[in-house]
Amino acid sequence: MSYTADEMMTIAAARQLRNGDVCFVGIGLPGAACNLARMTHAPDLVLIYESGTVGTRPERLPLSIGDGELAQTAAYVVSLPEVFAYYLQAGRVDIGFLGAAQMDRFGNLNSTAIGDYAQPHTRLPGAGGAPEIAAHAAQTFVVMKANPRSMVEALDFRTSGGFLEGHGTRQTQGLRGAGPQVVITDIGILRPAPGSQELQLHEIYPGASVEQARAAFGWPLQVTNALQTLGAPSARELETLRALQRRSAIAHLHRQPLPLHLLDTCP
Amino acid sequence: MTLSDALAHHVHDGNCVALEGFTHLIPFAAGHELIRQGRRDLHLVRMTPDLIYDQMIGMGCARRLTFSWGGNPGVGSLHRLRDAIEHAWPHALELDEHSHAGMAVAYTAGASGLPFGVLRGYQGCDLPQHNPRIASVTCPYSGERLATVPALRPDVTILHAQVADAQGNVSLHGIVGAQREAALAARTVIVTVEQRVESLPPAMNQIVLPHWIVNAIVHCPLGAWPSYAQGHYDRDNAFYLNWDAVSRDRQKFLRWMQDNILSSANHAEMMHRVARERAA
Repeated sequence: MSYTADEMMTIAAARQLRNGDVCFVGIGLPGAACNLARMTHAPDLVLIYESGTVGTRPERLPLSIGDGELAQTAAYVVSLPEVFAYYLQAGRVDIGFLGAAQMDRFGNLNSTAIGDYAQPHTRLPGAGGAPEIAAHAAQTFVVMKANPRSMVEALDFRTSGGFLEGHGTRQTQGLRGAGPQVVITDIGILRPAPGSQELQLHEIYPGASVEQARAAFGWPLQVTNALQTLGAPSARELETLRALQRRSAIAHLHRQPLPLHLLDTCP
Repeated sequence: MTLSDALAHHVHDGNCVALEGFTHLIPFAAGHELIRQGRRDLHLVRMTPDLIYDQMIGMGCARRLTFSWGGNPGVGSLHRLRDAIEHAWPHALELDEHSHAGMAVAYTAGASGLPFGVLRGYQGCDLPQHNPRIASVTCPYSGERLATVPALRPDVTILHAQVADAQGNVSLHGIVGAQREAALAARTVIVTVEQRVESLPPAMNQIVLPHWIVNAIVHCPLGAWPSYAQGHYDRDNAFYLNWDAVSRDRQKFLRWMQDNILSSANHAEMMHRVARERAA
């Protein structure tokens, strides 16, 4: 079966999760990967969304992280102060799965602003749960497309800490989790180098070249000596992902009739 | 009491106002009525400004915004919020920006009557460099450095909930965000509800907001549309997707607000107007 680079990225991201992991699902691309993992090899993956839905098992991807389906299919729903304090801050999350607009070579992330904070060229949505997810989850996974505008030499704003300046600086700044252990892009997968903690290309997708990968990064990308090629998506992975995305798109675009009859209940 | 009367009585220009609801139970009808009443210089507080604050900011209601994630969930930007930050349109907006974890403890501190909230947070994050209200304290027991945020104490918190009883007790369920904390942190609490009942079924954890902390309850079916009320109606995701194109352009936005919000006397009339437009 043929497939796109985006599909390969989502499938590669899903493969990083193990059955039984407790995973805090960030906004955007992580949602597809986390639910694909749950629908394929990791049926007992526990997904927590920042809206407080714990152990949720949606049939389609929610448009927002607070759609009703997340609550309806959850094992239980807690308040927002509770999910951040008792679950995330207290260290009860294995994987924090994040996306971002910009990343640097140490896996630090920007989801706040392009340009100066006070006079931004492009204002992005901002932090949300990301800084504390990146700090407290036992490890962080990041999924984002690689191009020279997203993978930058220097962030315009550091929203969420990765390895900070590398060489163990993260550990001295009170970020308790192990940081960005896996970064999944649409070209390959990066992992931190021992010692420097600089991200390096560890796995490349079938058909992609190291030159292509280097061209997609705004810093001189390091490549491990033991570079591997990841296996192509299986038919089951592709079919499950496509069916999930099809169901989701139909649901999001569906113009439901407005329930105007509810207005009649008002005297 | 009508929504118009309740808001005119309790919400004044310059107030600090929190319309809470984390994706679910967003008090849209109340926000629209504040726009109709022409409120100005509000300090708006909400973890996720969402479309309701995009509309209020674009209509010039806000002077200051306390928030932690300002996007259109699953769609992209809040264009009116962006225009205010990037181009000061319709006027400049002061930002008091946090993370979700930071705002959650700020509301909790307000609800608890404490001066500030404490968390292990903002490590490795540039926000404290830009927001002087994010500070730190040394734990007297362990010596650990912890982040602090001042308590949030809105003049008025406005919520939407599923049901209230005759005495004024409010019950809500589903995704509850930080609504309970936002209400208990406020001086005045106004709640719109889908449904009024004589009494709530006896259940030990049923009442979320007791009658003596709620100042006004307004029966307002569909008061959270286009967000949702679990058990009553779903989120109108198509509206959120379509808002991107409406809000991107200043004139298109102003026309939409005029045609739908300002031209309608109240929420029920607006809902009928939107329904007619969809049928056309």
